Amino acid sequence: MVRNAATLGRSGVHDFVLLRASALVLASYLIFLVGYLVLTPELTFSVWQNLFAGVAMKVFTLLALLALLIHGWIGLWQVLTDYIKPVGLRAFLQFAVNLVLLAYLFAGVVILWGV
Amino acid sequence: MIIICSMELSEQNVNKQRPVYLDLQQIQFPATAIASILHRVSGVVMFGAIAVLLWLLATSLESASGFQSVAELFNALPAKVVIWAILTALAYHLCGGIRHLLMDLGLFEGSMESGNNSARVVFAAALILSVLAGIWLW
Repeated sequence: MVRNAATLGRSGVHDFVLLRASALVLASYLIFLVGYLVLTPELTFSVWQNLFAGVAMKVFTLLALLALLIHGWIGLWQVLTDYIKPVGLRAFLQFAVNLVLLAYLFAGVVILWGV
Repeated sequence: MIIICSMELSEQNVNKQRPVYLDLQQIQFPATAIASILHRVSGVVMFGAIAVLLWLLATSLESASGFQSVAELFNALPAKVVIWAILTALAYHLCGGIRHLLMDLGLFEGSMESGNNSARVVFAAALILSVLAGIWLW
């Protein structure tokens, strides 16, 4: 069985499932947020802060950022393995990409902490 | 007999290394190929865009004045263009992603034509959402 250490899942099938599971979370978060922004008649600071003050919205946001970590890890691994042939450069870019995705998740935790 | 001999001769004379003529004005990617590459491009664009969106979220939740500065940013033309581009990439990636999920369920597998048509539907849907995003912003 061919294994690639650079991607996220334990196998190609695992990557396939993880990519789609994270896509469902991201799509529902996006549709919810766009729907909220479009349907809210007048968005003020207190309305906006109230939305993110709730535990459910905090958890939903962090779930979306975790899904983004998974989705971006696998998706950008696919792109990088197709277009970047030098192994050293690809390894560095994958390292950088995954670091940024982790930073997004932690940034989300810090942003939501005090709200 | 004479004919066969001459055919063999002519085959020997053919240069196997001769260049292939590709008419670049005739060659076109099928809609499925364009859908695939746009899905990748929009995905990579959004990877960078998340930094902008998280910064907007942090600033808008920080304080009332932070929220006000983000609201003012949404009224400035350069920021509007950037946000519109992000929303367009998002809309395309969402539509293309839904097409992928439907294909996983076994749809559009009948023919090459159904694959091309579903790709064109995705282009149209993303275009409509992009226009709607523009109307919402302006």
